[in-house]
Amino acid sequence: MVWRVLLTVVVVIGVAFGAFYAWAWNSEIPPTNAPAALFDPGIVAKGAQLAAVGDCGICHTQAGAKPYAGGFPVQTPFGTIYGTNITPDPETGIGSWSETAFRRALHEGVDRTGNHLYPAFPYDHFTHATDSDIGALYAFLMTREPVAKANRAPAVPFPLNVRLFAAGWKLLFLHKGQIPPDASKSAEWNRGEYLAESLGHCGACHTPRNVLGAEKRDAQFAGGQSEGWLAPALNAASPAPVSWTAEQVYAYLHNGFAKQHGLAAGPMQPVVRNLKKAPDADLRAIATYVASLAGSQNDAEREQKMQATLDFARSRDSKVPMPLSGAITTSTRAGAEPGRTNDDSTAPSGAVIFLGACASCHHSGGELPVSRPIELGLSTPVNAPDPAALLRIVLDGIHPSSGERGPIMPGFSGALTDPQITALVSHVRSQFSRQPAWPNIAAALTKVRQNKEPATEAP
Amino acid sequence: MTVLNVNGQQHRIDVDPRTPLLYVLRNELKLNAAKFGCGLGQCGACTVLVDHEPVFSCILPISVLEGRYIRTVEGLGSEGRPGPVQSAFIEEQAAQCGYCIPGMMMRAQGLLEHNASPSDAQIRDAMAPNLCRCGTQMRILRAVRRAAKAMMADAGTMQETAK
Repeated sequence: MVWRVLLTVVVVIGVAFGAFYAWAWNSEIPPTNAPAALFDPGIVAKGAQLAAVGDCGICHTQAGAKPYAGGFPVQTPFGTIYGTNITPDPETGIGSWSETAFRRALHEGVDRTGNHLYPAFPYDHFTHATDSDIGALYAFLMTREPVAKANRAPAVPFPLNVRLFAAGWKLLFLHKGQIPPDASKSAEWNRGEYLAESLGHCGACHTPRNVLGAEKRDAQFAGGQSEGWLAPALNAASPAPVSWTAEQVYAYLHNGFAKQHGLAAGPMQPVVRNLKKAPDADLRAIATYVASLAGSQNDAEREQKMQATLDFARSRDSKVPMPLSGAITTSTRAGAEPGRTNDDSTAPSGAVIFLGACASCHHSGGELPVSRPIELGLSTPVNAPDPAALLRIVLDGIHPSSGERGPIMPGFSGALTDPQITALVSHVRSQFSRQPAWPNIAAALTKVRQNKEPATEAP
Repeated sequence: MTVLNVNGQQHRIDVDPRTPLLYVLRNELKLNAAKFGCGLGQCGACTVLVDHEPVFSCILPISVLEGRYIRTVEGLGSEGRPGPVQSAFIEEQAAQCGYCIPGMMMRAQGLLEHNASPSDAQIRDAMAPNLCRCGTQMRILRAVRRAAKAMMADAGTMQETAK
């Protein structure tokens, strides 16, 4: 009896595995010689724009190396996967891939020889891309400079390095097919949804992931992580005190800056740099779609919230003295020094640090100086649920990418000690945000200091 | 009263604790190497070292500096006995108007204390926050490379002497 049950179990498992294996098995698509066909320059140009929207160059380019030749480390909780060489080199790149093989990679996450690709390659988004867009991308990539650069093997531990696991992942989380148009929305909104959900893969960073690393479908755009940076929620959970308008999202995507919200930093910087190559109409479409995610707030509500936020910061501002205007004032030391904490006379308070280190650019309540930083009360990191993003900015500052113009915020990593940064960030939160105080800034700071971001250099 | 350790000397300073270090260095201590450029931490002319890290002294209040080790160009050497970074900048004639040079030297010193033989990319990366409007960047880069070699040679000689 026991034997019979065991035998049945073994047979069932065997059949199920056999069926799964048959389902997961993909045939090799024969190599083509480097496509002799001359690509239509119009199609190549369209592919270039789509590659910019898709940010292909970010993960497929190593810092300081040739574009699209691979090597960028994509850090995941399951290990590090290196972007592959997608130049048309026949040996190390995708020069021997037919358009059919390329399309299968984007739609199904399978390489030319039939191997399952890890979902660090966001085919859960690319699967929605149209055949004609994929054809244009193919034309664009096949006309790049071929670079002979061998792919680096992923650093993924056993048993996750068994490629069949990716097939199981797809069974659960890969939802193929085109995105059905929403007839109740404008053509621009639908275009924006298509670009954001397919090639743009915005959700790859802005949607939280489950334990298996898949985006949570019931928490779309509820905010995620990228390279140690906060990718803020784009839906109703957005920490922005005043909701984004389509015009503001457009300005942010186009210039990397929206004065009511802030500056693109961290992994969003190369995204903005790439989007400069995308057609303006597509940027506006994405902006229309993204702005709609947080629900509607009318202009009057927005204006009222903006005013309330600024008034709050200004009302708090009167409690500490304004920054020095330039000349040294010798302290008379009559009574308690302004801004000093009472418990520890040698430790400067967050307010004093703010006034000395930050206020020359960031003081509120008056005209901002030339560099025009945003009002901190409106800042997303200052209003975010955890302090990681603000800590990262205080430590490293914000710098335009090499050779680009843009505002600079200096980093204070070496200038301030950990207790000083903790006091400062705590002060900024309480002065500028109406959100509750962050409970454990010191622990968050230790974590942020350990988590250095990898260098990003995209074409 | 704030006690500051500048170039190994303790100074008791009686000014508002919000005062930027740069003003104290120049106006109180008469250490005029560090320069006022933008006052906003954007140009690097005011760069000094705090605990071996280059910082913008124009946006650093003295209240955060008690018990920390501050160094300026005056601490790198003297006119008669210039330090290796100063010598390298002189030998490469890296200064044109010279206004950015003290900040450049302090940032170079900070780099070389962390990394004795930086690559060209590392030098460029480290020096990026400091601006020079005359255009002597190529000479500054040469000076940093020369200083690195000189400091390596000095370290070698010291090891020899120790033997």
